Amino acid sequence: MSVSSVFPQLEQLLPRVSKPIQYVGGELGAVVKDWDATTVRWALMYPDAYEVGLPNQGVQILYEVLNEQPDVLAERTYSVWPDLEALMKEHGVPQFTVDAHRPVRAFDVLGLSFATELGYTNMLSALDLAGIPLESGDRTVEHPIVLAGGHASFNPEPIADFIDAAVLGDGEEAVLEITGIIREWKAEGCPGGRDEILLRLARTESIYVPRFYDVDYLPDGRIQRVVPNRPDVPFRVAKRTTMDLDAWPYPKKPLVPLAETVHERYAVEIFRGCTRGCRFCQAGMITRPVRERSITTVGQMVKEGLEFSGYSEVGLLSLSSADHSEIGDMCSGLAQQYADTNVSLSLPSTRVDAFNIDLAQELSRNGRRTGLTFAPEGGSERIRKVINKMVTKEDLIRTVVTAYSNGWRQVKLYFMCGLPSETDEDVLEIAEMAHEVIRAGREAAGTKDIRCTVSIGGFVPKPHTPFQWAKMDTPEVIDGRLKMLKQAINSDRSLGRAIGFRYHDGEPSLIEGLLSRGDRRVGKVIREVWEQGGRFDGWSEHFSFVRWVAACETVLPGLGVDLDWYTTREREEAEVLPWDHLDSGLDKDWLWQDWQDSMSEFEQDDCRWTPCFDCGVCPSMDTEIQIGPTGKKLLPLTPVNGLRVPA
Amino acid sequence: MQRIRLRYAKRGPLRFTSHRDFARAFERALRRAGVPIAFSQGFTPHPKISYASAAPTGVGSEAEYLEIGLQSQVDPEQLRIALDAALSPGLDVLEAVRAGEGSLADRIDASRWRIELPEVAPATAGDAVTAFLAAPEVLVERMTKQGRRSFDARAAVVSCMVVAEPDPPSEAGGVPCAIIDLVVRQVTPAVRPDDVLSGLRVVAGLEPPVPARVTRLAQGTLTAQGEIVDPLEADREGVGIGGR
Repeated sequence: MSVSSVFPQLEQLLPRVSKPIQYVGGELGAVVKDWDATTVRWALMYPDAYEVGLPNQGVQILYEVLNEQPDVLAERTYSVWPDLEALMKEHGVPQFTVDAHRPVRAFDVLGLSFATELGYTNMLSALDLAGIPLESGDRTVEHPIVLAGGHASFNPEPIADFIDAAVLGDGEEAVLEITGIIREWKAEGCPGGRDEILLRLARTESIYVPRFYDVDYLPDGRIQRVVPNRPDVPFRVAKRTTMDLDAWPYPKKPLVPLAETVHERYAVEIFRGCTRGCRFCQAGMITRPVRERSITTVGQMVKEGLEFSGYSEVGLLSLSSADHSEIGDMCSGLAQQYADTNVSLSLPSTRVDAFNIDLAQELSRNGRRTGLTFAPEGGSERIRKVINKMVTKEDLIRTVVTAYSNGWRQVKLYFMCGLPSETDEDVLEIAEMAHEVIRAGREAAGTKDIRCTVSIGGFVPKPHTPFQWAKMDTPEVIDGRLKMLKQAINSDRSLGRAIGFRYHDGEPSLIEGLLSRGDRRVGKVIREVWEQGGRFDGWSEHFSFVRWVAACETVLPGLGVDLDWYTTREREEAEVLPWDHLDSGLDKDWLWQDWQDSMSEFEQDDCRWTPCFDCGVCPSMDTEIQIGPTGKKLLPLTPVNGLRVPA
Repeated sequence: MQRIRLRYAKRGPLRFTSHRDFARAFERALRRAGVPIAFSQGFTPHPKISYASAAPTGVGSEAEYLEIGLQSQVDPEQLRIALDAALSPGLDVLEAVRAGEGSLADRIDASRWRIELPEVAPATAGDAVTAFLAAPEVLVERMTKQGRRSFDARAAVVSCMVVAEPDPPSEAGGVPCAIIDLVVRQVTPAVRPDDVLSGLRVVAGLEPPVPARVTRLAQGTLTAQGEIVDPLEADREGVGIGGR
């Protein structure tokens, strides 16, 4: 049965909302297929506003991978702002895809990519607008399979009631395998209904179906155990790892929006995974091992991506781009290829060493100088040992001075506040460091006209990291430290004027902490917040701490726990964590040991350059480090002159 | 430097493209199409593009104009085809001509608009239009960057009439649809079709139940007879005289 577009109804509402262009699709790279000519249909959602969701690499990659299959249709949907949500409810317009404006409810799968837990309330809005029951148990074979992915899916327990399944890890191959299972089940006439298809997915041992697992609690509120409630599903569900990134050179045809979005560039992931071992970093822990994309594939992707998109900016992305084994050749090769064009190249430069500045110099050859950002993360030498960010104060000063003497007038420094074992003194050292940066920088640059920006993020302990057992500081402590830091920075007026100070309040971090390490009971809090109007919790103008606290107070006492219990409480070694049955490959004993090492300020090396330290990922996932060098070089591009006129 | 003038359309869903959105998309299209665009001098060079007054966001158009400067000579029709292919369907490049003397802006002082009013009977709309035209002045309000301001929507209107069409767009299911043909001079503050619709509400209480669908049909020089002359006509004549 064909599905018609809701655009005629939506069109009536668009003149009445802000930035209607975000709802009409029409991007370059967008694909619209004949509904009836396909058998498996995916609606991919990034549960945030279009301007944030469209550039998301994960969604773009899966969109392209799926649409390359002739019998598969993939479209995209994003969160609608409250102005349109109200109108859609009033006029009965359902959640729609932007590609062909089809109702989300008509698809086989609604795949949600959660980069952050703060998108959970937006998922409920979308389900509600789509006419899909909010709770998995209330859905029938008529409804899409609600599937979560993205980093937050490594602990999907807080949304276990709302999703049908979760995929951990890389999605490229997972979406094709899921497609195959659904294709087969549909061809058989959907035997066994919803339970049967979810069971078939669960049997892959790498798709988590929460309803097939029961959680038992101890009288004190801790989890006693999480066990399958049927014999044919695995005790633990493993993450996916896509090996050989050269075989998956996506996006080839990036989506280029008409609307203004947060990133307007061709982004290419130069490697996936990171073994630097920063103990706060969930991304670094759950994406191991390091898998490089080769210099030649990167060169090819940049060339084709720019030709396709018309972008004039390229981002070479990864968790620590300067660590690519051939980053020097890659940067100089690309800089040479695009020297006479208006293309600007950028590297998210967070590593604190002079090499990074060489790379930045290389990339700014054609005169387009991008910003320099360094991330020491911790203010004191001591706290940097705790978090395993091996950089000394001297390194940092030397690096920044090099930048200033090479003509940069502004650098950004990233830090965190609220780290385990942190004291006021650790944070106050950020001010000293910033002062010294400016002092040394002025001397090196020979001018007073230099600046640095200090950006502070709130630390949130994440599952599958050595800090998963840590307690959070209260917002009062965090805000107090930030206030002290600000005063310390401004204690010297001349230096203080050259230092910008940006930070986030402690309150949103505490809620992110609740959602990150929450268990199934937290789902009731999410639902209560949503029912009380909670939306777009990642946006400070929409986030309401009061609403979250009130919801916790309404819901949690009856369950024997509270907000503090989830956030400011340190866990013990023996405690069953809500995500213990979800396997990131990291050995829990290794994580615990790393946590202990952290508290004794003992650092851990990177396994790319030192012997394996047995984090457990490679043997349990049957993967291995894939790094160069390949020894290859990027060749000069033959300039193509003349108009590209289609045949 | 070769200068080329383009006419383009914003159609269907892509009429919700704002001018800024279009400008970004157009610059990307220049790169995709391999157009040898000229750049301004200076520390941050900008591509040489100048736009004639753009239709409001949400209003379709068959007659948007811009001019670009090129580093080398290209065939205008080849350029048109290349740019049209490089833009999303719905942002359609309709015509390209070599620029002649004078500026594009000097040739544009009026627009013709088509306003579709679904679920409004043509006779009702006709009465409102008659009342509007009979009024010496019709004060309407609009939010501007300077805040809410009141201005006359009547004086700039050259002509306004309900037109009959053999097969109006939304009359299929027996739902009426009034169609207004409107010619407005480009003045300051700009009087847009929605201001005229506000005027119809002020003078005759016309409240369309669903949002109007508006399309700019033409822009150009207003003649004494109230007709609009295509601003590219002079350039086309120039080609005819000077040859290629």
